[in-house]
Amino acid sequence: MRIVADKDVCVGAGQCVMTDPDVFDQSEDDGTVIVLVEKPLDVEKAREAVNVCPSQALSLVED
Amino acid sequence: MPTVTTAATELPITRSCPYAPPAEHRKLREEAPISKVTLPSGAEVWALTRHEDVRAVLNDPRFSSDRANPNFPLLLLNGQRRALRFRPSLISMDPPEHGPARRAVVGEFTVKRMAALRPRIQEIVDQHIDAILAGPRPADLVQALSLPVPSLVICELLGVPYADHDFFQTRSAKLLNRTTPADERIAAVDELRDYLDALITRKETEPGDDLLTRQLEKTGDREELVSLAFLLLIAGHETTANMISLGTMTLLEHPEALAAIREDRSRTPKAVEELLRYFTIAEFATSRVATEDVEIGGVLIRKGEGVIGLGNTANRDPDVFANPDDLDVERGARHHIAFGFGPHQCLGQNLARMELEIVFNTLFERIPGLRLEKPSGELSFKDDANVYGLYELPVTW
Repeated sequence: MRIVADKDVCVGAGQCVMTDPDVFDQSEDDGTVIVLVEKPLDVEKAREAVNVCPSQALSLVED
Repeated sequence: MPTVTTAATELPITRSCPYAPPAEHRKLREEAPISKVTLPSGAEVWALTRHEDVRAVLNDPRFSSDRANPNFPLLLLNGQRRALRFRPSLISMDPPEHGPARRAVVGEFTVKRMAALRPRIQEIVDQHIDAILAGPRPADLVQALSLPVPSLVICELLGVPYADHDFFQTRSAKLLNRTTPADERIAAVDELRDYLDALITRKETEPGDDLLTRQLEKTGDREELVSLAFLLLIAGHETTANMISLGTMTLLEHPEALAAIREDRSRTPKAVEELLRYFTIAEFATSRVATEDVEIGGVLIRKGEGVIGLGNTANRDPDVFANPDDLDVERGARHHIAFGFGPHQCLGQNLARMELEIVFNTLFERIPGLRLEKPSGELSFKDDANVYGLYELPVTW
């Protein structure tokens, strides 16, 4: 599973960072998502991040 | 086919139990989850009560946040609505203006930036608890802790002198109260606007290490900055203050929940999340107006029609939260919409979470014998305000 983040859609709420700070970070400039680990080990947490993202900027894709 | 009732229900409805949304809202969710309701102005708008439907509207660009739109659902009488003297703030903006405006400031509220404030927030909380312990019993927690802590934090972040707190707290309370007469409401808005305008003017010559100074350096747009300051100052203290009071009351009346977090502080963030879901105090912030015909949950919402997402009821949707009326501090459900959803989701949510966590941990550790002077049934709740909360919370120890 790979995380895909749409930075144009991201609104910088930081919900993904709250879910898993080892996998997600935010740009200091505009708060938008930075994916630190594209293929996360904890898929459950990644799914939670997708679900809580307020702008639905995150998705999980099968490779 | 989904049932659509006629506009028999009039909003707002006063709660009969402080811990639950009005029973009529629940009835709507069970019998007619998308239905027409009547506002105090006489306007008919759609009320949404299902979690899925409210999230869908809040993340759909065909629904506008423009509060100047005459069809935008506000719980005000027509005389209380007035074109504001200043620019729409973030909460009233739509694409394409909203995205860049939010991005210009959201970097100030990242999870990391908020975490860096933790030691200072702890210090502020400790100072206020010192004062409570040194003061008379009973104490009113609203005045002694709930209101000053988030007010001080947002003042320091923005660069607003805390010495002026009486001035802005009284005016923001008037603004949020639905029973404030139109002229007083307008005066409160104008006075706050003028105050912030003067403050920002001073920052041009006396810059500080604060958000307003940094934004001033970024943008030449003074009017936009005044609107932003207005929004952040009000949203930054009233909401968190009400959650501190309601959360403290709730934990004191639910000893098992309190024992769980006292035993293990790592449980507090989950408890905070549950309290946010349970109360969803900014219930009417999740309103929109359709700019096109849109089908939501099988119901056609026509262009120009207003929509109110009853967030509190949606956060008790049994399809999404098991036993939704139970307060379960270990639930750990973060997909509630207490902070809204979509591109307007609360900018300060991670600050609010941290403030609540620090307050509850510190309060119950430092005043282990804390108890309510009166039970919740005898307290005065903000049933007449757009943000639910408590007018006072007498406590002793």
